[in-house]
Amino acid sequence: MSEELKRTPLADHHKALGGKMVPFAGWEMPVQYPTGILAEHKAVRTGTGIFDVSHMGEFEVTGPDRNAFVNRVTTNDVGALDAGGVQYSAILSPEGTFVDDCTVYRFDDRLMIVVNASNRAKAWEHIVDQKQAGGANIRLRDISDDTGLLAVQGPKAEAMLQPLASFPLSSIGYYRCATGKLAGVGCFISRTGYTGEDGFEVYCRWKDTVALWEACSLAGATPIGLGARDSLRLEMGYALYGQEIDETITPLEAGLAWIVKLDKGAPFTGLPALKAQKERGVTRKTVGFKLEGRGIPRHGYPVWFGGKQVDQVRSGGQSPSLGYAIGTTMLPAHAAKIGTKFEVECRGERLPAEVVRRPFYTGGSVKKGA
Amino acid sequence: MANVPDNLLYTADHEYVKRGAAPGIVTIGVTDYAQGELGDVVFVNLPKPGEKFSAHQAFGTIEAVKAVSDLFSPVAGEVVEVNAALDADPAVVNRSPYEEGWMIRLKVDNPADVDALLTPAAYRTQIGA
Repeated sequence: MSEELKRTPLADHHKALGGKMVPFAGWEMPVQYPTGILAEHKAVRTGTGIFDVSHMGEFEVTGPDRNAFVNRVTTNDVGALDAGGVQYSAILSPEGTFVDDCTVYRFDDRLMIVVNASNRAKAWEHIVDQKQAGGANIRLRDISDDTGLLAVQGPKAEAMLQPLASFPLSSIGYYRCATGKLAGVGCFISRTGYTGEDGFEVYCRWKDTVALWEACSLAGATPIGLGARDSLRLEMGYALYGQEIDETITPLEAGLAWIVKLDKGAPFTGLPALKAQKERGVTRKTVGFKLEGRGIPRHGYPVWFGGKQVDQVRSGGQSPSLGYAIGTTMLPAHAAKIGTKFEVECRGERLPAEVVRRPFYTGGSVKKGA
Repeated sequence: MANVPDNLLYTADHEYVKRGAAPGIVTIGVTDYAQGELGDVVFVNLPKPGEKFSAHQAFGTIEAVKAVSDLFSPVAGEVVEVNAALDADPAVVNRSPYEEGWMIRLKVDNPADVDALLTPAAYRTQIGA
């Protein structure tokens, strides 16, 4: 803990805006600004929010074997991506559990893997090991320290960003990316995010991050901290590493089978374990729940089913959009169905909960499909 | 800067005590500083009238989006009223901690206990205000 926290190019800006800075994955990051998490949450659901997520890690893969190599270290099918395509994916251990979840970007001449800040060193090591084991003709570069990342999210994100853009943003489809300029800053922009709203993630040079942030702020985007980032993603049921997914959980258990292409024809790390698990069937599954009793479920609270503690609350909180408490946990596979009743122990009191469909919040502006 | 009204008494746990509702009855809530530190309050769990608490005993919990905190009784006494409005609108604690955002009214066992609480000046010193 004595280690000095890393700072994004915007750390001083966050402080000047009144951001409450907290340590997060080794970084000094704003958890909220003075208007508070609920107001920030609402700003993203109804307008446009801007998030500094420059702490995320980015790895670049170049060289003739790049596509085959990334197909071997990630679970989704890189072969299904053309240049300009983006996909949600995972990096697994030999046991089929999560080393990290990640996003893979495919460009003409390279690929980029975006990993969690908390897992950057571990994921990097894992990927380097794979290169040494497999002898691929590729070049790997950790470009995190030179890459700034801003997420601009909300139903009005495109309209707000368009005047700053050098090309029509409407040309970028869902989970597609394009290279261009925003406010004169060279960047690449993908229609991706972690909020359930339409919007973009914008990658730029580290030194350009402040200029880009200022242009977006001037255009009317509300600064959003990590608190609302978490409440927004929870309402969508999106996984957060360390909560819904970790080194003890497989994608099949986490309900993320869709990012694992067992039959893509590339032997990725964890494939044999997952095939075996699929054959056996999983014994537990991630579910979303609504708390029926009065309380707030929090990460780590015990979860009871059939008289036994079966898991803990993975993520939980009051949903600002829905006005009730929601969360995620894991239940025995046979019980992991919509409508199953169980109990969450909130501060010593067992409160009734019920499995509900995810996403919890379905009113978002995210544009799926082409 | 957190507001610390001069007409109240305080605890190191960031509760305030207001006298004057009736003889021997005090109103208890959390300070402006506390609500600012907690952030948006989303849930307040309060006791029922008739329940008794000793000094420093937890009488309830306050939950913000990112934080949970116990509420400690500043002095010994019996709950005579709770602020039911917090159920429907817990955020009133953020908007009006000293007025509409009060939490419980306590019939104090020993009125002299109240005199021993922190003065506004002492509380200001504690929070660096």
